[in-house]
Amino acid sequence: MTRLTAAQVAKGDELPATQVHVTRADLVRYAGASGDFNPIHWNQRFAEQVGLPGVIAHGMLTMALANRFVADWVGDPGAIVECGTKFTRPVPVPDDEQGALLEISGKVTDLSEDGTAKITVTVAFEGKSVLGRPVALVKLG
Amino acid sequence: MPLDQSFVGRSYAPTPAYEVGREKIREFAEAVGATSPLHRDPEAARAAGYPDVIAPPTFAVIISMSANSVIVDDPELGLDYSRVVHGEQTFVHHRPITAGDRLRAVAHVDDIKTRMGNDFLTVRAEISTESGEHVTTAIGLLVARGEDEGQ
Repeated sequence: MTRLTAAQVAKGDELPATQVHVTRADLVRYAGASGDFNPIHWNQRFAEQVGLPGVIAHGMLTMALANRFVADWVGDPGAIVECGTKFTRPVPVPDDEQGALLEISGKVTDLSEDGTAKITVTVAFEGKSVLGRPVALVKLG
Repeated sequence: MPLDQSFVGRSYAPTPAYEVGREKIREFAEAVGATSPLHRDPEAARAAGYPDVIAPPTFAVIISMSANSVIVDDPELGLDYSRVVHGEQTFVHHRPITAGDRLRAVAHVDDIKTRMGNDFLTVRAEISTESGEHVTTAIGLLVARGEDEGQ
């Protein structure tokens, strides 16, 4: 694994966009791995009772997918020195094989002299952003 | 009733140490689809300059969520967790969380605001090794929806 260097990156560069399917099984796996067992992420009956359209993805899973996308681009997940987002729109995950389709794209929106790149990510579901201003600061090699 | 402003600035006792295991990192990486060998292969991690396999950037939520539970569950604060949604999250990593780390977290209440009947609680977990090396700062915004909100 080699980390991208500052010489290989320019402000305005687009990261190669990707698509991720999130299924109910993925939510169960994430619940177990993270310890977040809030039933809105696995129990349809409960989710509907609290006014949601159905089971929704963990915001933290969507955030993790955004950061995986950045880590894959830079070549080293340890290069991400800061990441943050707002959770603006829930992602309902239907009870089928396809799940919810997330479209993830990103752009280098700043490059500082110390070799830190700011990546602004977009995660969209059905054409609308689900995370507010997701940003990762990446220390380039 | 709005949350008590006097909680702003309060911090809590450090959590017991959480020992970061290689298999837990692998499990978390699988769950978020992170395929990097740096999460799985100690040799690959060492070749990249790390002492052992490293965790994905959002792995810290396991430790910060656990640390923040003392705030969320503090009966004096009286937060109704059934009304809480996660509004924002930020992690600042001084270095990646690494297998073998024994991490403790101190939870802080940084801010409380009430707007339109909703409470906005900013919580921060400072995550350090047992020997005091600062590893990660996790800042979360919890939003408790007001009781009058009709749906």
